[in-house]
Amino acid sequence: MATKNLLQAIHEGLVEEMRADESVMVLGEDVGRAGGVFRVTQDLQEEFGAMRVMDTPLAESLIVGSAIGLSVNGMRPVAEIQFADFIAPAFDQIVNEAAKFYYRSNGAWSCPITIRAPYGVVPGGALYHSQSVEAWFCNTPGLKVVAPTYPADAKAMLKSSIRDPNPVLFLEHKRTYRLIKEEVPEDDYEVPLGEARVHREGTDITVVAYGLMLYTALEVAGKLSDEQDIETEVVEPRTLYPLDKETILDSAKKTGKTLVISEANLTGSYAGEISSLIAEEAFEWLDGPVMRLGAPDVPAAAFARPMMEYFLPSAERIEEAMLELARY
Amino acid sequence: MAKPVTMPQLGESVTEGTITRWLKSEGDEVEIDEPLAEVDTDKVNAELPSPVAGKIEKFLVSEGATVDVGTEIVLVAVDGDAADAPPQENVAADAPTEEFPASGTEAQPVADREGQGVDGSRGEGNGSGGISDAETLRQTRSSPVVRRLADEHGVEIAEIPGSGTGGRVTRKDIEGYVEGLEEDGAQREEQAPQEAPEPERVPLYEGDSIQDLTGIRRAIANRMASSKREAPHAWTMVEVDMSELAALREREKAAFVEREGMKLTYLPFIVKAVVESLKDNPVLNSVWDGDRIILRKRINIGVAVDLEDALIVPVIPDADELNITGLTRRIDDLITRARAGELGTEDFAGGTFTVNNPGSLGSVISTPIINYPQAAILSAEAIVKRPVVLNDAIAIRSMMNLEVSFDHRVLDGGAALRFLNAVKERLEAYGPEGRIG
Repeated sequence: MATKNLLQAIHEGLVEEMRADESVMVLGEDVGRAGGVFRVTQDLQEEFGAMRVMDTPLAESLIVGSAIGLSVNGMRPVAEIQFADFIAPAFDQIVNEAAKFYYRSNGAWSCPITIRAPYGVVPGGALYHSQSVEAWFCNTPGLKVVAPTYPADAKAMLKSSIRDPNPVLFLEHKRTYRLIKEEVPEDDYEVPLGEARVHREGTDITVVAYGLMLYTALEVAGKLSDEQDIETEVVEPRTLYPLDKETILDSAKKTGKTLVISEANLTGSYAGEISSLIAEEAFEWLDGPVMRLGAPDVPAAAFARPMMEYFLPSAERIEEAMLELARY
Repeated sequence: MAKPVTMPQLGESVTEGTITRWLKSEGDEVEIDEPLAEVDTDKVNAELPSPVAGKIEKFLVSEGATVDVGTEIVLVAVDGDAADAPPQENVAADAPTEEFPASGTEAQPVADREGQGVDGSRGEGNGSGGISDAETLRQTRSSPVVRRLADEHGVEIAEIPGSGTGGRVTRKDIEGYVEGLEEDGAQREEQAPQEAPEPERVPLYEGDSIQDLTGIRRAIANRMASSKREAPHAWTMVEVDMSELAALREREKAAFVEREGMKLTYLPFIVKAVVESLKDNPVLNSVWDGDRIILRKRINIGVAVDLEDALIVPVIPDADELNITGLTRRIDDLITRARAGELGTEDFAGGTFTVNNPGSLGSVISTPIINYPQAAILSAEAIVKRPVVLNDAIAIRSMMNLEVSFDHRVLDGGAALRFLNAVKERLEAYGPEGRIG
């Protein structure tokens, strides 16, 4: 096994699927000749040609709309939205066309597209390169929304997404692209969609998080265990929609105290859905309020670094919230 | 002073850059805006202009390395008078503070009413909403899981000491409490079978009646037998002249009842003398622990209380912090609650030394059994007027026998008598002017 970062793992998953299945193709802005702004699709056009690695105009509705048309004609397109912030023009294609295609055609056509979209705050990302858009989509039956954080999961889940007969929105936290590295298996291992992962076991509190917030929460959990004997169970949903309710509820019942962290603007964020699931179905096991931590309700994110840092839940604020819950 | 140069933001959404080549060497002079390095990012390849003028002191990043925007990459020694100035941190950039005006960044026009604040990134309701206050509810109702566990195990939440916010009973508190109760139960069950297989019954004669053991009788039997079995007991006694103390008590007792609402007995005086003497003789305040002796720092005095059908020994924790009035109050409280059957497990925990006063029942000599695994127990006997020889004349004095039984593994007669004599001296030291301290 080799150590790979998130970018490399996603790149590798994509290449392996394209080699294994001729119907797998890539389309998006700058994905071909330029190899993608984050280099995820680097060298793909050289290997697979311009028809399978297709540069598109700056028109997201066209990218997803074309992918839908290609998919019902036998292809398995992987559409790249350069930044999740740009996805809005494709919203109708995703929620009204792709997500409903199979249902509306009474099962005649499935729509096996994968839409990759980098999300989340990065320094300098500012208004249009920072947003966490997952909640916009986690209210749409027919669509799957996945957000793996660690490279090995991401590689296998990208393959699962491509092979899945349904449209899948595949979210990648761009701040973690090079930040998170781990051993990634070479063989064709599987991580199915819809299964959460327990990163560390604990008895005092549960933290549910994904993306950069997961990475930070795990660091804080390690610190609290070493310094204060507070044992945190950290659960990553990996697939946001449909959610692995069982794993989350098991942990919430075990500790009785749960904090849900998301980087999105707090009001209406997906943290609210996870929290209400716990409040409703684990009520008799609760030993404290189900807490949420997220960004304030202002547009994500300021270019000015101090404003950006204020926006993002920091390790200090996460630690504060975890301690408050542990001591409750 | 040396000023760090950081990886700049070379374009929107660019998060990191690779130093492909340094264009200067360590020791070189550099002017403002003179190229320092070639930098490669996701979007552009660019030359990095120096933001400062000075002498390159040290490269912090080697060629080929990729670093986050904001990472310090090179130290440049700048001229000037700032040698003593504090490090030139970009305070504004490094200190997102509470004062940061998030409300200045609203994206939407705000309708002209209150309560639509945009800051406050924590998902907490404001908690008022007509319900009575959260502190009170936390105390009385705790949480769903605690209420459910209390219900399942039939315990009262109010009985359990809470360690959570504002003394709230947490899940761990109630689980620990219930576990404690179950362990007590299990121990009792474990001990029972040890006694069960005794086929050798005493012969029964006509008119005999059989009494089944109560739990407390069984506990006393086990503890006494185990103490006698484990600890080699030795015993010694001194005589104490209590005349002066008796006179003091006579002088003070009416006023004391008036003031404190409790009777003034000899027991608090004895406990106080014991506590002070234990400080001088710490080996008496110790515990046998298999292959070692533990000298206890705290002085928690067990006081034997006769309940007619049983003897119990509740504990006064940190008895060394109390004066005569305080001891009287604690002893009175323990005895009252003991007779009412209201003592809890916490009232029996942590004893380090035991005081027995069979004198109150008229005993003049007893050989008490040690409250094992403590090292010793003291017995104070009845105060009786006896003729004694004082200054070569026969006088009538109020005399009391004072004894200790001790674990001869832990200490010897010398230590036991040094302790007993210390208690004796303190009790005899009350003069005609003595007061209740």
